[in-house]
Parts: sequence; structure tokens; C-alpha cells
Amino acid sequence: MESLQFMLILLLSPLAQGIIKKIKAMMQGRRGTPVLQPYYDLARLFKKDMVIPRTVSWIFHGAPYVVFASVLAASMLVPVFSAGRSTGLWAGGGVGFSGIGDIIATIYTLALGRFFLALGGLDAGTAFGGEGSSREMTVAILVEPSMMLAIFTAAVASGSTNLGVIANSGSFFFSPAHVLALAAFFVAIIAETGRIPVDNPDTHLELTMIHEGMLLEYSGKYLAMMEWAHYMKQMLLFTLAADLFFPYGMAGAGAGFGIAAAAGFWAAKMLILCFGMALAESTRAKMRFFQLPSLLGAAFVLSALSMITFVMTGK
Amino acid sequence: METDRPETASSKTTGKISSACYLLYAAGCLIPGLLALRDLLFGYSWHVSLPLSGGLALSFGGGGLSAYFVVILSLLVFCVSIYSAGYARHSSAPWSALILYGIFVSSMYAVFYSANIPAFLIFWETMSLSSYFLVVSDTENIEASRAGLLYGVMTHVGTAFIMAAFMVMFFATGSLEFPIIKAGLAGAGGLRSVIFVLALIGFGTKAGIIPLHTWLPRAHPAAPSNVSALMSGVMIKSGIYGILLVSLDILGGGAGLPAPLWWGVVVLSVGAVSSVKGIMYALMERDMKRLLAYSSVENVGIILLGVGASMIFSFNNLPSLAGLALAAALYHTLNHAVFKGLLFMGAGSAVHATGTKNMEEMGGLIKRMPWTGFFFLVGSVAICALPPFNGFMSEWLTFQSLIMGIKTSVVLTKTFMLLAGAALALTGALAASSFVKAFGISFLGVPRSHEAEAAKEAPATMLLGMGILSAVCLLLGIFPGYMLRLLSGIPLPGLGSLPQFAPGGLAVTGVACSGVLPIVLLGALLAGAAFIFIFPLVAGGRRKSICADPWDCGIRKLTPRMQYTATAFTHPLRRIFKKIYKPRKEVRIEYIVKPFFTREIEYRSEITPLAESYFYRPLVRALHNVAHSAKRLQSGNLQLYLGYILGTLVILLVVWG
Repeated sequence: MESLQFMLILLLSPLAQGIIKKIKAMMQGRRGTPVLQPYYDLARLFKKDMVIPRTVSWIFHGAPYVVFASVLAASMLVPVFSAGRSTGLWAGGGVGFSGIGDIIATIYTLALGRFFLALGGLDAGTAFGGEGSSREMTVAILVEPSMMLAIFTAAVASGSTNLGVIANSGSFFFSPAHVLALAAFFVAIIAETGRIPVDNPDTHLELTMIHEGMLLEYSGKYLAMMEWAHYMKQMLLFTLAADLFFPYGMAGAGAGFGIAAAAGFWAAKMLILCFGMALAESTRAKMRFFQLPSLLGAAFVLSALSMITFVMTGK
Repeated sequence: METDRPETASSKTTGKISSACYLLYAAGCLIPGLLALRDLLFGYSWHVSLPLSGGLALSFGGGGLSAYFVVILSLLVFCVSIYSAGYARHSSAPWSALILYGIFVSSMYAVFYSANIPAFLIFWETMSLSSYFLVVSDTENIEASRAGLLYGVMTHVGTAFIMAAFMVMFFATGSLEFPIIKAGLAGAGGLRSVIFVLALIGFGTKAGIIPLHTWLPRAHPAAPSNVSALMSGVMIKSGIYGILLVSLDILGGGAGLPAPLWWGVVVLSVGAVSSVKGIMYALMERDMKRLLAYSSVENVGIILLGVGASMIFSFNNLPSLAGLALAAALYHTLNHAVFKGLLFMGAGSAVHATGTKNMEEMGGLIKRMPWTGFFFLVGSVAICALPPFNGFMSEWLTFQSLIMGIKTSVVLTKTFMLLAGAALALTGALAASSFVKAFGISFLGVPRSHEAEAAKEAPATMLLGMGILSAVCLLLGIFPGYMLRLLSGIPLPGLGSLPQFAPGGLAVTGVACSGVLPIVLLGALLAGAAFIFIFPLVAGGRRKSICADPWDCGIRKLTPRMQYTATAFTHPLRRIFKKIYKPRKEVRIEYIVKPFFTREIEYRSEITPLAESYFYRPLVRALHNVAHSAKRLQSGNLQLYLGYILGTLVILLVVWG
């Protein structure tokens, strides 16, 4: 049962996207599309014929599969609402989540998807695809160190990079280090999911797009796969934030909540994060691309401070 | 550089014979490789001494660390020699290249086998010289001879430091044999630090650490691609081997004598700086082979992160963590040899097919060279540390050991190691960007030149060499647990106490627990791909796809020149990190009607490597100045020279009188 918890991310991620859009619309005084709109979009795209650029190679065709598979595989590594399944696979690590729930592995599996996403953008040989790929990789370079440092802080606090262990430990919660790391991680999520102020998910204005630029040549089934993967990545990062920084209410060895209650807690956390994301998007303007280093640099400083605080104070 | 000669009947026969010779090399290197593998698995070691005249002897030994490096060397030589069999058919000087290749390879074997100072130095020099001649083998290329000169100078500066380190060892212990020196130095105190610094500079020059790396991005690309693969794959590892041999084995006294804390901190800092700056310069390169060479600097840095962490753990008396970090370093040494060899061979094929090393003139190669493209992609994914390939496993271990820095006793080392972990994360993202660029600009898109348009797939032997290494990349990534068992046979501190691993998986236990099971990860990836392959068929049914021109904003005619270029791809970073890159841009515009109608635009941009402007130029200037002042001594005046002799005599009499 618990080994199927990634299905929640697979199935509910379009809903999270719909909820964020709805909240944003309400904050902007619009009625907005139905919360289920992302599902309708995906269903429609899956039913459409595809237009494939003449210039592409098999990389263009392969990229949607690799991108989707990597995000789905990464979701399989992450405890969604239950962190306690002990498999006994690792001696001394009785709480290891399926033996594979490693945070570094998760981040690098996501990076595999990004690698192919960027290659897919370059394959058609157009300027927009290349522009999207170049910017995506640039943002990744700026985000990665602060994201990893925030993760390290959670990892050293619980003595493991295993998400199950981290979620079960709770050793540094509500300390200064915790708050700083969470703030850094939240900025990293904004950048990783391509939201304002880093990227505008609603724009197709050619000169400002990052994620959409890479997807410009994709249509039909491939576009649906890419979009679905993007929704999943967003929810996966939310879930990671929940696992790392507020795991309270998870089922498993440490907490011992029932599955239903734990799933409810998870849904509540997702709603809070969706709201936070919509709030952040509605109250900020999109930044110029070359101002991003100051935002992401600030995130790095936050995460470095968090780490140093933890090292100095031990909590 | 590789240029096609007109095919005549005699050149065809020459090509065939030299191909056969390369295949013989491939077969020959299996013998030492398999023997070393046996030594490693069963813990054998051997030692022979060949007496020379005058009481000197050349000693050789095998087993342990040297066996591990011999295994790496043999694997690479095997694949590169097979590749060379196809590559050599078009080489311009087949015989000298063949013979030099043989000398180069055997001298690397001899370096790894050497067990005393004379043997080590003789073969070290043979290795340097033979690779020098390979770098300058293209006599018509002025760039190559300049690169060769720089390489020649730098490598000898390095050798001078190594010699100095060995001389200190000899004067301290009176022996030339490594085992005896090892025992003799156990109580040497401060002398050990002197030897360590000399050896780090000397071997670091060969390994290409920053700021001693300047020769590397020039010399590696200048050599023929099969030799570049060996130079970047294995030869720079001889520098790593030297650092490990001296600082852990010889100075460790065999009993795991802990190094002073600052050794580890120095190695860790050198590793962090080399990895980040190496890959930053790689990112800016347009020359495919130079990009790969700079990325070797990065990977040497990653290896040194592991070595430095290991030293710090040893100092803190945490042997199992020291073993973990060292295992990460050794694992990455093998992995880098495999994927860098693969990438240089792939680049060699691409360069051979297009006649240029400039990525801006490639493009669309994957359609013309599908297999080369596929293998280059495998190498790129592996070097970016993406699962399920081998680079991920060794970087995962390196991450783990750096995070474990929290277990050290001093706040400074705790912070320092975690920040080194952040540097490694940055390196990973930069590497991904570099290789998206390297693969995307040269293999994807539409051809940017006629040569790229006419490119042809490489011959089968070249593909076979790359294919084997691609498979090794995957295998080393899926079964890291077995790999670590191999390492546990090396008698270096901590490696014997490596934790036991689940079959095929990797885990860190004891101090903290986490693990990865790459085979499950691969399964998850395949399951995800299978799901998304089947799902649309169920949900949407079979749908047509229509071919059309890519989106062109309505201008109707996209040309290859409108693609993103390698320079454009990295422009945002050049701008963001302009403090580091110090980019120089020169735009010259000729107008017909100012400022709207232009006749011609010339755009030049370059970056200035920091090491050059802040280290080498002042150094060279200082040398020039010293030489200039020394010139005054040589006035040509006979009386003055007699005066010098008198002065020298007086001083000698005073000193020894």
C-alpha cells in the first residue's frame, strides 16, 4: 500500500496546478478556470495529433519519455504520507524508506529529466528552444547550491540523507536553522517550478519564457507528457519540502498516524504550499532575467547561514 | 590535427598494418589488466628488483593501489586501442604515432608498477616525453607546437618538485626503495609536511589542479584524439596516483599514520577550487576537445574532494569515514577514466568527420553519425553525474562523505566540508549545462557548416571502442556495491573497513544511514517510461503525427545561423559571473546608413583565465626581470670575470677554510 503512495503525486499533481491557478485567479479578482482544467487540458492534448518539426532527431521524440519517467521515478523514491516502512535492507537503518528513498538520488533523478528537457529544446534548431534551454540550465546552476545546502542542513540534523529517516527524526524543527533552510528551499522551489518572479508559467511572450521556450515545438501527446511531468515535479518538490521541513503527521515508525489521517495531513500541507505559491506569484512581479542572481544569491546566503547556524548551535 | 591524406595503395596497406598493431596492443594490455584484477581481488602483491650498475636497482611491485590503477589503465588502453585501429587509418604519420603510443602506454604501466625512486622517475619522464611528442606530432600546426612547449615546461617544473620530494625522502631515510622509506619516515615530523607540499605541487601539475592546470586545456586537445583519451583518461590519474602514493601510502607509514589537519584542508580546498573553476571554464569553451580537457580539471577536483575529506577524517580518527571518502575518490577516478575516454573518442570521431574542433561549425551530427551521437550522449549523461550511470554513484559517495564532515571535531572543518558539498552541487549543475551545450550544439539542431552536413559515421572499430566504454558506464552505475568490494582489497587506511553492502547497492551505515539501490532506480525509470508509453495509447488512442517546419515567427525561412550557438548558450553565465570570467567583447560595425543599415558586423569575445592574469603573467614577467638583471653580470669584460673567480675563491676559502 505504502509503496504505491507515489500514485498520489501522479494522479493529483494536475489538481494542485488547478488549485494554484484558481487561488491566483481569486486573488486577482477573476473567476478563473475550473480547478479540474489541467485534467481537461491533458486529456485533450492526449487526443490530438502531433506536429513534429522536420529538423528533429530521435532526441526530440525520446525526451518526453525520459522527462516523464525521471519525474515519476523520483516520486517513487519519496515518502508522500508514510515514512515508516522498514525493509531491513540496510543494517542499522531500520527506518530506511524502501531502501531507496535518498534525497540526493531524488534530486539527481530530477536533474536527469532537466538534462533531456534542455536537449529537447535544442533539437529543433530554433532560437526559442535554445533560449529556453540556456536559461533553464542557467537557473539550475544558480539554484542547485542553495537547494543542496538547505537539504544538507536537514540531512546533518537527522544524520542521514534518507528521506524516511529525515521525516522521522524531527531533531531541528522550529530552530533558526530550520526556518532559514525552509526559506531557501521555498525560493528554490519557485525557481525549479518556473514560477514568478523567476519564470512566468502563463506567458508565451517569446522573449521572457524559459520553460515554455523549451516546449515550443512540442504538441499533442508529447506536450501532454511534458506538462504532466512538470505538474508532478511541482508537487514532488512540495512533498519534499513537507518531508524535509514539516514532516509532522506522517504515518510510520516515528509518528504512528493512521494512513487516512496521514494522507489528510499531506493534503493539508499541499494546500498550504499551493496557497503560498499562489500568494508569492500574485504579489510579485516577474524579475528581469539578469536580476535573478540577486534573488537566488540571497537564497544561497540563507541556506549557508542556516547550515552555519546549525553547525554552531547544534540545532 | 587529423587531416585526411589522399588514399593511395601503399597508404592503405600502411593503415591496415598499423590497425593490426593497435589491435595487438588491445590484446596485450589484457594480460596486465587481468593479472592486476586478480591481485586486487585476492589481495596478492609481488615485488621484483632489477639491479643496474653502481648499486642502483629498478624495483617494481604490484598489488593494492598500483593494481587498481593498472586495472583502470588496462580498461582504457583496451578500448582506446580498438578505437585507434579505426582512427589510425587516416593518421598522417602512422609509424611514429604507433611507436610513441606504445612507449606512452608502457611507460604508464611502468609508473604504476614502480616501487623505488629511480624506476618511478625514469618512467615518469618517459611518460611525459612520449606524451609531449604525441602532442606535437602534428608538425604543421603551430598551435600544437606552442601547446607542446607549454606542456614540456610545465611537466618538467612538476617533475622537478617530484624529484625534490624524493630527494628529501632519500636524505631522510637513506633509501631509494618505497617500502623502506615508508618505514623510515614514520617519525619524521615536520619533514613529512615538506615532502607532502613538494609532492602535491609536483603531482598536482600532472593532475591538472588549478592553478597548475594551464597546460592541460591546451595540450590534451592538440594531441590526436585517441591519445587525448588516454591523456585525460589515465595520464592525469598518474598525478592522483602520485598524490595518494606519497601522502597516504608512503607518508602514512603503512599503518595509517594520520596526516596533520591542514593537509586535508589544503587538498579539499584545491579540490573545491579546481572542480568549480575547471567546469566554469569548460562551460565557456567552443572547442569541443578543450571543453573536455577543462572538464578533466573539474573531475580531478572532485577526486581530490574525496581525498581531502579522507585525510580530514583520518586526522579525526574516524577510519570508516576516511575509507568511505577515499573509496569515493578512487571510484570517481575509475569512472572519470571511463567516461572521459569515451567522450574524447566521441569528440575525435566528430572532429574527424567535420574537420573542425569548433562546435559552432558542427550541428545535426546525430542524424549523420547516430552511433557516435548515442555514445557521446551516454558519456555526457554519465559525466554529469546523472543516474543510472556511473558518475552519479561516485558523486553520491562524495556527497555522503562531505556531509559526514559534521562528525569532525572542529567547527571550521564541519562548515568547510559542507560548503565543499555545496561546491560539488554547483559543479554538478555547471557540468550539466556544459554537456547540454556540448551535445546539444554539436549533435542536435541543423548542420552549421557544409562539413557537418557531409559528415559520415565513424568506422566499426571506432564505434566498438566507444560502445564497450558506454556499457561499462552503465554497469559501473548499476552495480556500485561490487565495485566497492574491489576497493576494499587496497591496503590503505579505512578501505579495509568499508561497510558491507547489499548486492549491487550502495549504502552508508554505522554513523548515519542512507543508501541507493541503482538497479531499483533503473527499474523505476523503465517502469515510468513504460507507463507513459502505454497510457496515451489507452487514453488517446493512436494518433497521427504531421511533419512541419519549426516555428519561425512567420519569416518563412529559418537558416542554420539562426540557431542558438554555443556562445549564446552560455551568455547568461558569462554575464552573471563576469567578475570571474572577465569577458572582453569587441564589436565592430560598418554602416551603410548610420545607425540602421549595417554592411558588416564583426564580433569578437573572449574570456581571460584568472590563473593566467594573476599567476602566470606576473611569474613570467618576474622571470624576465631576473634574467634581465642577471644579464648585467655578463659584461664581456675579462677583468670582471677574473674578479668573479677571485671573489668565489675567497668565499670558498672563508667557508671551508
